[in-house]
Amino acid sequence: MSQLLTWTALLPGAILLSSLIPGALIFLLKEESHLLRGVLNMAGAIIKLVLVVVLIWGVFLGGVFETRISIAPGLDLVLHADALSVLFVTLSTVLWLVTTIYAIGYLEHSPNRSRFFGFFSLCVSATVGIALAGNLLTFVIFYEILTLATYPLVAHRGTPDATRGAKIYLAYTMAGGVALLIGAVWLRSLTGPVDFVEGGVLATMPEALHPQLIAIFLFLLVGLGVKAALFPLHGWLPQSMVAPAPVSSLLHAVAVVKAGAFGIVRVVYDVYGVEFASQLGLLTILGVMASITIVYGSIMALSQDGLKKRLAYSTVSQVSYIALGASILGPIATIGGVVHLVHQGIMKITLFFCAGNYAETLGVHKVSEMDGVGRRMPWTTLAFTVGALGMIGIPPIAGFVSKWYLGLGAAEAGEHWVLLILAASTLLNAGYFLPILYKAWFREPPQSWPQEHVFDSRFETMGALLWPPLITAALCLLAGLLAMAPFSPLEWATLIARREYAP
Amino acid sequence: MTAAFLYGGAGILLFALGLWSLLVHEPLLRKLIALNIMGAGVFHVFIAVAHRGDGTPPDPVPHALVLTGIVVAVSATALALALHNRLEQEASDSAKSTPAPAAGLVSGLSIRPQSDPIRHE
Amino acid sequence: MTTDSLILPIALPLLGALLTTALPRIAPVLGVIAAILTALSGLWLTGQVWGDAAQHVVLGGWALPLGIGVAADGLSASLLAMSSLVGLGISVYAVGYFSGSDRSPHFWPLWLLLWTALNGIFLAADLFNLYVMLELLGLSAAALGALTNSREAVAANLRYLLVGLLGSMSYLLGVALIYTAYGTLDIGLLSERIQPSALAATSVVLMTAGLALKAALFPLHFWLPPAHANAPAPVSAALSALVVKAAFYLILRLWTDLFANITTTGAAFILGALGAGAILWGSWRALRAERLKLLAAYSTVAQIGYLFLFFPLLQAMPPGPARDDLFAACVLMAVTHGFAKAGFFLAAGLVQKNAGHDRIDELGGAAQSMPATTFSIALAGSALIGLPPSGSFIAKWVMMRGAFETGQWWWLIVIATGTLLAAAYIFRVLSRAFGQEPTPRCFVTDARAEIPALLLALSSVALLGLAAGPIWSLLGFEGVQT
Repeated sequence: MSQLLTWTALLPGAILLSSLIPGALIFLLKEESHLLRGVLNMAGAIIKLVLVVVLIWGVFLGGVFETRISIAPGLDLVLHADALSVLFVTLSTVLWLVTTIYAIGYLEHSPNRSRFFGFFSLCVSATVGIALAGNLLTFVIFYEILTLATYPLVAHRGTPDATRGAKIYLAYTMAGGVALLIGAVWLRSLTGPVDFVEGGVLATMPEALHPQLIAIFLFLLVGLGVKAALFPLHGWLPQSMVAPAPVSSLLHAVAVVKAGAFGIVRVVYDVYGVEFASQLGLLTILGVMASITIVYGSIMALSQDGLKKRLAYSTVSQVSYIALGASILGPIATIGGVVHLVHQGIMKITLFFCAGNYAETLGVHKVSEMDGVGRRMPWTTLAFTVGALGMIGIPPIAGFVSKWYLGLGAAEAGEHWVLLILAASTLLNAGYFLPILYKAWFREPPQSWPQEHVFDSRFETMGALLWPPLITAALCLLAGLLAMAPFSPLEWATLIARREYAP
Repeated sequence: MTAAFLYGGAGILLFALGLWSLLVHEPLLRKLIALNIMGAGVFHVFIAVAHRGDGTPPDPVPHALVLTGIVVAVSATALALALHNRLEQEASDSAKSTPAPAAGLVSGLSIRPQSDPIRHE
Repeated sequence: MTTDSLILPIALPLLGALLTTALPRIAPVLGVIAAILTALSGLWLTGQVWGDAAQHVVLGGWALPLGIGVAADGLSASLLAMSSLVGLGISVYAVGYFSGSDRSPHFWPLWLLLWTALNGIFLAADLFNLYVMLELLGLSAAALGALTNSREAVAANLRYLLVGLLGSMSYLLGVALIYTAYGTLDIGLLSERIQPSALAATSVVLMTAGLALKAALFPLHFWLPPAHANAPAPVSAALSALVVKAAFYLILRLWTDLFANITTTGAAFILGALGAGAILWGSWRALRAERLKLLAAYSTVAQIGYLFLFFPLLQAMPPGPARDDLFAACVLMAVTHGFAKAGFFLAAGLVQKNAGHDRIDELGGAAQSMPATTFSIALAGSALIGLPPSGSFIAKWVMMRGAFETGQWWWLIVIATGTLLAAAYIFRVLSRAFGQEPTPRCFVTDARAEIPALLLALSSVALLGLAAGPIWSLLGFEGVQT
């Protein structure tokens, strides 16, 4: 009992509760209590940030943080912070803070805000739970809760399109959830509780079980691949772009797809162990699926006129870089894949914030309408440019760092075909991003915008809409420029790789 | 002993007959009678079990069970008749009797209201 | 003390039923008082079983085999606790639901009689006593179901009554055969004496068939959807959450306790296959249902199917911690479903009252204007699907693990399909809550009615999902340790 009260045991649980409790309270608020709702939101976000900083410091020093709740004998809910969890938790926390500000501004005068922010907080709690999950059962629990909590956000607007998009989202994610559950229970029945341990736990399993282990991996991959938008399980992502921009940006560009990719990384490194997975040929399967997705997503993005849809397909493509990094044997590729988890997140969220700004301020939803936006909204377009160039992989923005490490790792492991994929993807990225930049900066703006909304601000748009993309764009630059500094995402990814390969 | 077997066998036969009638016949009163016959069959079995030989007095426990069972059967029949009465009332209240929507759902145990032209006598 | 704690859960509601019949004008007040007392006595007994062990007493001091035993072990206590809490919630809800209605003086005596019968079934240790309680249950349930006096309700519940009587007759014949062979009706004594024989086999078939009819196991489920869908909301909640559970509890008790020596893998497989049929058919019909309460009723048929899937798994698993886990998971699923279904029906009743109808396609406005109620439906729905963090997810996890460990992987296909179908029909309802109706002003609109529904639904999700350990303790199991 006394062990429960030590702060190392409480910290992971506290991080989870810091968004769960405000979320539950927000549901009960009256619709008009703007101030109280805003206070609860921001308080939760800031408390979480503070706790996460403490966690980073503790894990860096090698401390063990674990909250273990026994649901039933043999079934424990475990929140355990290791280096990989810290990476994902930090990403989610920082971006949640920024997105909350954005959402408060974006949804001003929208209906059902208490409901929205309540579920929004639940989503972040679920994401934190996924990040901190210490065994497969906990991971599956929070993975499914994330599905449940994101559905109301996709369906939020209540239009027939939103209902349809939400239904498709649900169909995909529920089917994926069932596959994940089958894989998880199967594994559990073979080995006992599957705790996530750096270096993997399955390498010692007898030969006779190997075919079953391969089958289990496929089930897990399908389940995780739905959220990670691996081809052909990605169909829900473009459809869910009907959600309001804060939802698309945080959840579908960051939390949900990252949860899937994070799960793949966890399974490969902390359940199977990367060498064992390579032995079973699982890494090849993963590599092929990831490569197909990377190319497919980029090709589809070329033909999309809707800005958010183009960004959605770009997400489909880019998130698979993480899976690709996990599929190559070797620490450098691991670093590249893992650090891309962070880099893709901050770059993509910048792009989505900007897309939301264009839609809210000017009514611009399509790429073809974006002529000359750079003149009208220079700061937003600057942020967009930073994000887009990062996606292509131009130094010194963050995206370049991850691509560099991926390429280096592939070369070291002798997987030269990966370099071809990376090159092709870079070209395709340029193909669908550069025209946008050209249009935005170098074309003449039209006579009138589709639906201009004049804000009471001396900046080009509302403060709450403008600052978030600028902040995240700055983060993209910093992550790239200061990549060698301590506590940069790159350094942390190196720490993770070191701890994965060391034992 | 033979008497007990005959008695018990008759009980089982009554049970089977009652079951057949319950499943086959439609009018409610027939079903109720069928259920009561099934009950009587089971009671017969109990009474047969109570027989402990020609000299000794019979086992009182099954007799007590039969008495209880009779009471229960009477209460159940009473409730069924009360509900049926209510259905009759409903049928005669509404000027145009439309077929009860719930009745079509089931094949083996459908209830046809008494106002139906095919009556039991 | 032991006698008191065992008798009170049966005597208190019976007394309440008599008083509410005698004093109809203050029936609601008396009814709620009786409900609170009954719930407390049930929980007290559960506490005793938790602390000490199984309780057993023989009424009137007559020794066995002549006496009538009343007993509570872990299994009975778990279900007793569930019925106490669910019953309390239903009673509080019913006060508001029936206020001002002329049905109120009829509801309370019947409901308290039903509760008497429920507790009687859970606590009886004598086969014939069980018969009497089963009959009482069937009678009061049928009468309650027909409370609205509408044509559909009366016809459906008349059918329920006849079906129930058929089931009881079959059960009684089984009891008669048992008595013929072994000369006693006490469950404890019988479980020691029963040996495989033709008579015992016939008896178990008859009793199981009769109880399966009452538990609405596919394909004997046909009476349930119309009966539950046409009853008033609190009655539907009681019927779906508690009454069918009592019949299932009996089958579980008979198979694992009394007839444990003679049940075979084949017979268990049949039960499991019927359960699979229930899951698939019930979920499919729920998906096609046009009315909310009909959907909930078919969902009950499907959920009962899940419970019956445990039989082949329990049969195939050798005794030990893994089997204990399966048994505890079965109890957990039954209890979770009880809470969830009750919460669902109570919330559905509120929606129906608000909208004037319960056609799913037209529920948008009502669903959106009552956030607490819709939230209850969502929580209960997630427990019905078996999503985390509900208790049924944990139970499903253990059930699937059992399927893998006993090599009966075909049940997994059924479970997976059932989950997806359930998600489809639950979200069909919930998607109506995300329309373009005006924003509700606040969360709770009608506290006395919405709070019970919300608490019941919340228990099935949060309480049982995160703290299911007590069920293992109650059953006296260590379970599979890490």
